[in-house]
Amino acid sequence: MAEPRPHPGVALAAIARDLLWPLVALAAILVVGAIFAPGFLTIGTIDGRLVGTPIDILNHGSKVAIVALGMTLVIATGGVDLSVGAVVAIAAAVTATLVSEQGVPWPLAVPAAVLVGTMAGLWNGMLVTVLRLQPIVATLVLMVAGRGIAQLVTGGLIVTVREPAIDLIGNGASVGLPNTFWLLAAVFLGLALLVRRTALGLLIACVGDNDSASRLAGVPERSVRLFAYAVCGSCAAIAGLIDCSYIRAADVNNAGQLLELDAILAVVIGGTALTGGRFSLIGSIIGAMLMQSLTRLLYMLDVSAEIAPAPKAMVVLAVCLLQSSVFRAFVGRVARRQEAGTP
Amino acid sequence: MIRERQSPPERRSLPHRPRLVPRLDPSVVPSAATALVLVAAFLLGAARYENFASWMVLRNLLVDNAYLGIAAVGATFVILAGGIDLSVGAVMAMTSVLVARLVEHAGVHPAVAIAVAILAGMSFGLAQGSLIQLFGLPAFLVTLAGMFLARGAAFALHPQSLGVRHPFVAQLLNDSLSLHIPLGPRGVVIPITVVVAGAVIAITWWTLRQTPFGRAVHAIGDDEHAATLMGVPVGRVRVMTYAIAGGLSALAGVAFTLYQQAGDPTACKGLELDAIAAVVIGGTLLRGGVGGVIGTLMGVLILGLIQTIITFEGDLSSWWTRIVVGVLVLAFVALQRGVDAIASRRLTSAA
Repeated sequence: MAEPRPHPGVALAAIARDLLWPLVALAAILVVGAIFAPGFLTIGTIDGRLVGTPIDILNHGSKVAIVALGMTLVIATGGVDLSVGAVVAIAAAVTATLVSEQGVPWPLAVPAAVLVGTMAGLWNGMLVTVLRLQPIVATLVLMVAGRGIAQLVTGGLIVTVREPAIDLIGNGASVGLPNTFWLLAAVFLGLALLVRRTALGLLIACVGDNDSASRLAGVPERSVRLFAYAVCGSCAAIAGLIDCSYIRAADVNNAGQLLELDAILAVVIGGTALTGGRFSLIGSIIGAMLMQSLTRLLYMLDVSAEIAPAPKAMVVLAVCLLQSSVFRAFVGRVARRQEAGTP
Repeated sequence: MIRERQSPPERRSLPHRPRLVPRLDPSVVPSAATALVLVAAFLLGAARYENFASWMVLRNLLVDNAYLGIAAVGATFVILAGGIDLSVGAVMAMTSVLVARLVEHAGVHPAVAIAVAILAGMSFGLAQGSLIQLFGLPAFLVTLAGMFLARGAAFALHPQSLGVRHPFVAQLLNDSLSLHIPLGPRGVVIPITVVVAGAVIAITWWTLRQTPFGRAVHAIGDDEHAATLMGVPVGRVRVMTYAIAGGLSALAGVAFTLYQQAGDPTACKGLELDAIAAVVIGGTLLRGGVGGVIGTLMGVLILGLIQTIITFEGDLSSWWTRIVVGVLVLAFVALQRGVDAIASRRLTSAA
């Protein structure tokens, strides 16, 4: 592994190139929003904290981004986790039940909920690494059963939470910015240090690129995968805490509904290859903010919450097409033919 | 299935040893297990509840699951060819609203509206398949986007449930065309949706077993590369499986409209998971190549029986359905894994 360390400038240029299209798309949405939706970019201050649509996007986008960060690692190993929405519901249910019904103090309930998420992730990882199930199928099991489990935890009720500390997670702000943003920053920093300052990131990319080759090269392929799924489960659980905090209750029917889709799409938009082997954590955050800005813009343009997914799907397909090498080659061929046609 | 027919001569060429218990063909094990679970679920219900083993319960089992059956057959095509379609439920909702809207607001005759809806579903599937095949995009991603798109389109067509009150639907489709069978004390009325589902299953069974297209679907799912080398038109067949799935989802949406007498944009959320679960429980391998529509039929009936048992139990909440289905899917996938492992070990020891 005596790989020459690339010059920092080269690495930065590569990152900038990978992030170019997502950033352009995000900028385009913000510009469209600024033109067509009055107040889309307005930021004001109330009681020393920033308010306004961009802050809202930052707040809600952070939840998606945290899930997307975990999802990035899983997708980087060549897998996918469809169960994050269900894990969000389970974590929200566990938090609310522990705090409101069992009277557990929040400093214990919060780690407990995250731990439950980690366990869910480990379960997915077990199915993938030990039973050798395809990731879509392995996580489908928890996706189907997870919401049922969450219902069991809450007894099918919406459990309200009246704990100020939990309320602060989603609705509070520090240094002017929403707490969810700081939470995202912490998760990002932790993960970035873990995967970029140790060999872990390299191993994850190895496994995603070619798992049998990496196994033969001595990469602990199973542990790497298990780790990725466990992180994804933990991130989903953190999102569950945020969700529980937003509405001061655990509503297991709606918590994290369709979140798996937003998270996967955020990861894809961020430039992580769905086939594994290449990933970008910061790209996923940009992708999540892009999805959230788009959602918000559609709401401000009076598109109903039910119809909003359709334009989102179009954007996602467009971004995926732009990233597909076949499509690029196809466009290139058409362009060349036109050049040849015009004398 | 092809393997079953070819295997006996090979076996005879091996040194013959008399066997008391015939060696089980590994590809039969999952289907046998499915049949076993189906019978066990029914016997459990019949033993626990007094009125369970009645014509009425059986009839409701068929009627309540006819649309799921049609959708699951579509999923069978796609999964057999090694793909996946997550847009099933959303396409059903879209077509059900489309039919209701065309009939109630545009004054189109229901027969025409149904034809339009099925064509729309097929085109939708065709577009998804083309994106997957031509641009090499992952199937689950394209159909995920398709799910968003179709669900959004359903709400754009009509934001709420819309009743269909056309006499053609109420009289002919739901009444005159139903089968009246003199069974049980009051007779059994089988609505047209069940008949359609049965016909779809029969035609699919024949297509998958007897036609070059059916063999091509199996071949692609088993080994795409080998299929290409053998001259199977891989691209065309794959796109067709998605088009068929789209068309059958649309037909399922029509069946749902007849069942509910309404088009509903919120309908069938998560039904794609039930359809996939039915296919998996029915013994079709999710990596493609092995399986069939009879297994899917049994899978749908198992899901329906679970639902019925949980309804009969009364005090059990409906979320148990999800948990039991999840556990069943896991058990069957694990079983497939085990059978696979044993089969491949046999192959290597024979060589």
